[in-house]
Amino acid sequence: MALRVVGSSVQRKEVFAKVTGLAEYVDDVRLPGMIHGLTIRSTVARGRIREIAFEPGVPWDEFVIVTARDIPGKNIVSLINDDQPYLAEEFVNHLHEPVLLLAHGDKDLLRKARGLVRIEYDPLPAIFQLEDATEVMKSYQITKGDVDSVWAQAAFIVDGEYSTGAQEHVYIETNGMVATYDAEAGVTVRGSLQCPFYLQKALMTLFGLPAGKIRIIQQETGGAFGGKEEYPSMIAGHAALLAWKAGRPVKLVYDREEDMAATTKRHPSRTRHRTAVDSEGRLLAMDIEFTIDGGAYTTLSAVVLSRGTIHAAGPYRCDNIRVRSSALTTNTPPHGAFRGFGAPQSLFALERQMDRVARAAGLSPEELRRRNLLHTGDTSSTGQTMQQPLDLEGLQRRALDAAGFDEKVERFARENRTSARKRGIGFATFMHGAGFTGSGERYLQSVVRLETTAEGKVRILASMTEMGQGTNTVLTQIAAESLGTEYSQVEMARPDTALVPNSGPTVASRTSMIVGKLVEKAAAELKKALPLPCDYSPAEFGECVRQHYASDGAVSAEAHYQEPPGVHWDDANYRGDAYGAYSWATYVAEVTVDTATGEVQVDDFTALQEIGRVLNPVLASGQIEGGVIQGLGWALYENVQWKDGGMVNNQMTNYVIPTSMDVPRMKVLFEEVPYEHGAMGAKGIGELPMDGPAPAVLNAVENALGIDFFHLPLLPEEVLSALGHVG
Amino acid sequence: MTDQRPDVTRREFVGAAIGGAILVPAPLAAQIVKTGDAAHATLSINLSINNEKHTLEVEPRVTLLDALRERLQLTGTKKGCDHGQCGACTVLVNGRRVNSCLRFAVMHEGDEITTVEGLAKDGRLHPMQTAFVEHDALQCGYCTPGQICSAVALLDEWKANTVSAATPDLSRPLSNELSDDEIRERMSGNICRCGAYPNIVTAVRAVYQQEANL
Ligand code: FES
Ligand code: FES
Repeated sequence: MALRVVGSSVQRKEVFAKVTGLAEYVDDVRLPGMIHGLTIRSTVARGRIREIAFEPGVPWDEFVIVTARDIPGKNIVSLINDDQPYLAEEFVNHLHEPVLLLAHGDKDLLRKARGLVRIEYDPLPAIFQLEDATEVMKSYQITKGDVDSVWAQAAFIVDGEYSTGAQEHVYIETNGMVATYDAEAGVTVRGSLQCPFYLQKALMTLFGLPAGKIRIIQQETGGAFGGKEEYPSMIAGHAALLAWKAGRPVKLVYDREEDMAATTKRHPSRTRHRTAVDSEGRLLAMDIEFTIDGGAYTTLSAVVLSRGTIHAAGPYRCDNIRVRSSALTTNTPPHGAFRGFGAPQSLFALERQMDRVARAAGLSPEELRRRNLLHTGDTSSTGQTMQQPLDLEGLQRRALDAAGFDEKVERFARENRTSARKRGIGFATFMHGAGFTGSGERYLQSVVRLETTAEGKVRILASMTEMGQGTNTVLTQIAAESLGTEYSQVEMARPDTALVPNSGPTVASRTSMIVGKLVEKAAAELKKALPLPCDYSPAEFGECVRQHYASDGAVSAEAHYQEPPGVHWDDANYRGDAYGAYSWATYVAEVTVDTATGEVQVDDFTALQEIGRVLNPVLASGQIEGGVIQGLGWALYENVQWKDGGMVNNQMTNYVIPTSMDVPRMKVLFEEVPYEHGAMGAKGIGELPMDGPAPAVLNAVENALGIDFFHLPLLPEEVLSALGHVG
Repeated sequence: MTDQRPDVTRREFVGAAIGGAILVPAPLAAQIVKTGDAAHATLSINLSINNEKHTLEVEPRVTLLDALRERLQLTGTKKGCDHGQCGACTVLVNGRRVNSCLRFAVMHEGDEITTVEGLAKDGRLHPMQTAFVEHDALQCGYCTPGQICSAVALLDEWKANTVSAATPDLSRPLSNELSDDEIRERMSGNICRCGAYPNIVTAVRAVYQQEANL
């Protein structure tokens, strides 16, 4: 089938609004009578609330004040474990935990009032670090073969412990919601968010109202990266409580400091590896312990841990694998979803470990991997048989060739002898599973609907949100392709729970592959429902839709998710087909380390991936570039500093993220192996680029200096002190 | 156990126990009235924005950004940090780029201010906007108004021979070619967390080359 729309780089659907300033983000929304909300948060990490007092200085009787006592339904942010309150009642369990809410029409007065709410606590002992944590929030074990039976036969055994720090999302648009309440219509919330139906479910519990009385509408969203997956349920609830009590619209928008300190971050992690290989460098056993810091409440930690656990053994075949993982409770604000969702942490450890195993076995990093990469027919750590055609050695070699790897290894070694600026090159080979883990997609039961319009167009109704990653564009392309119409003749309905069906959350790299497939199927149904000739042009399609609409009204068609055949997942034992499909990649980083300052600069970056069919090459490259840049930030700059359980560098000056000057030369390459169950052959892409940069960079630093580093971010201080030791 | 502290409030508070010991004020007023806080005097100023004159009553502490967004409903200019750290609020003042969150509105009496809403002329996009569209120099779009305003001023600064930290030799006039390193350095005050930087550089370069007829 020759593709017309899919595979071409059509313009981003909403681009005109975005370059002219017309795109409406939540803070741009103004409703008649709207007032402003503010959250009063805990100032201790753990304690019992003794007293709340409102000091003089503002006219308190003008303020709307909401406490836990006001909550009409359940004081629970409904998600997985239902352990997090909307507002603390007796105890607080982390710093910056919401305790009460204020609203007023005057923002300045509101800010003044914040300083006049005095909450006193009886402090309780708190835990701030993984090393001190003992309470297990969730744990998993993957067992394949028997690692303990093979240690004795090993030629080499390599141990390693790796750790990663928290990472803040720093979407440039901070979180925010505007809520209204009406006794008839119920609660309506507009905001910056990824998953409208998550918010709806949470607010149904909070208010004790049915779905029909909770309406969630997505505004244009200024970046999310996972950071607007679960926390928006909290903010929407707060805004809605204030609106309900005030009887007028309330806008609740966080400032940058509040957003950085109080909302979720990437889970800090610790991974321990023990790897056994035979004398040929073939993997005999991988024993992995993966631990993440969940913070004070479960939120999404259980599923982040799951993905990290499944990715921990990477793209390698090994008969004996044991992965023991746990998420531990501490008294920091809950950590949450962030692009990659646990996989970047465990893959960082693995890909650093593989370089060290190679060295122990006397093999090059490429050769060690080459001897162990998965082939078609091999099984993963969960026992999933690789069905799709796989050529990982080839993919790895092509990435290394594209980066000029062999020549550079040789040249850098030579040049480094006489230079204080040491250059190095390193890489990582990895995969990312697309869609929900295990049986997740089956439980989601996603639905997509298409309908015709009076103008002869077709509208897509789905709950998938645009946050810069290209949802609107790619789903439109798929529909236009499948219907045989033009890209411009398909429109996207705004995600609004009152209008669109639940197509699941916009997370887990599932939009193109899974929801896109539903768009494709619904398009096929819609075509059947229209009196189309066998062969038709896009113009004829439009004419047919228009005429049919005029005579018979709108036609619509729905598609419901169906699991591809032969997929099995055993949740109890964590065995089976963890993901419908994996995207595969080798990323190569080239660095210069200044031995005088300890600074690591990334000069060149090659990202080669196999993501199934590339639906829009320009958007796909943008996803990879953006993800790589975030990955480089996590590897080298982004250092969340903690004090007493809270982030203290919660500003964009002292929490450093990459600027245009920090971006290396980048080569983004795709190999296309269409996946039959993905839309037009597509697999997931959004999260993959977060996984590779960090290990590739630290492997390159090792190549430059001959020093292994085990922790992210790798700051100049650490490099310098290691150089001092070496000498 | 309740613990009333009428001494610390000037309104009447009724202690009510929740889970043991929270004091809450009651009854809570649902009716909100705007307070006329006499402590803050306002000034009347004239601003020229996108070639239109506006007269505003503002407190001296109101930033240009808030005046644009909240008083004039010119919400195309974005707030990412309110502290001069991200560049999302970049606008042009007499053709030069500024972080509008760092300026007081009252400082700009008589200045010509251009925001993203004022770049398109006669229904046609500014060449920089067109380049951002053509090169997909954005993802979520939140930094975009600031990036575009910044890029427009950058090219003017280049034409005016203004040097940057990336300029190799300050003793000589700038070379004819605006290098990508210069663009990256000159755009580094505009943070893009989506990482659209490579395409932003391409878009800026494209407009530069078009204007220079390269
Ligand atoms: S909002 Fe002005 S620099 Fe960030
Ligand atoms: S496009 Fe999202 S921050 Fe720049």
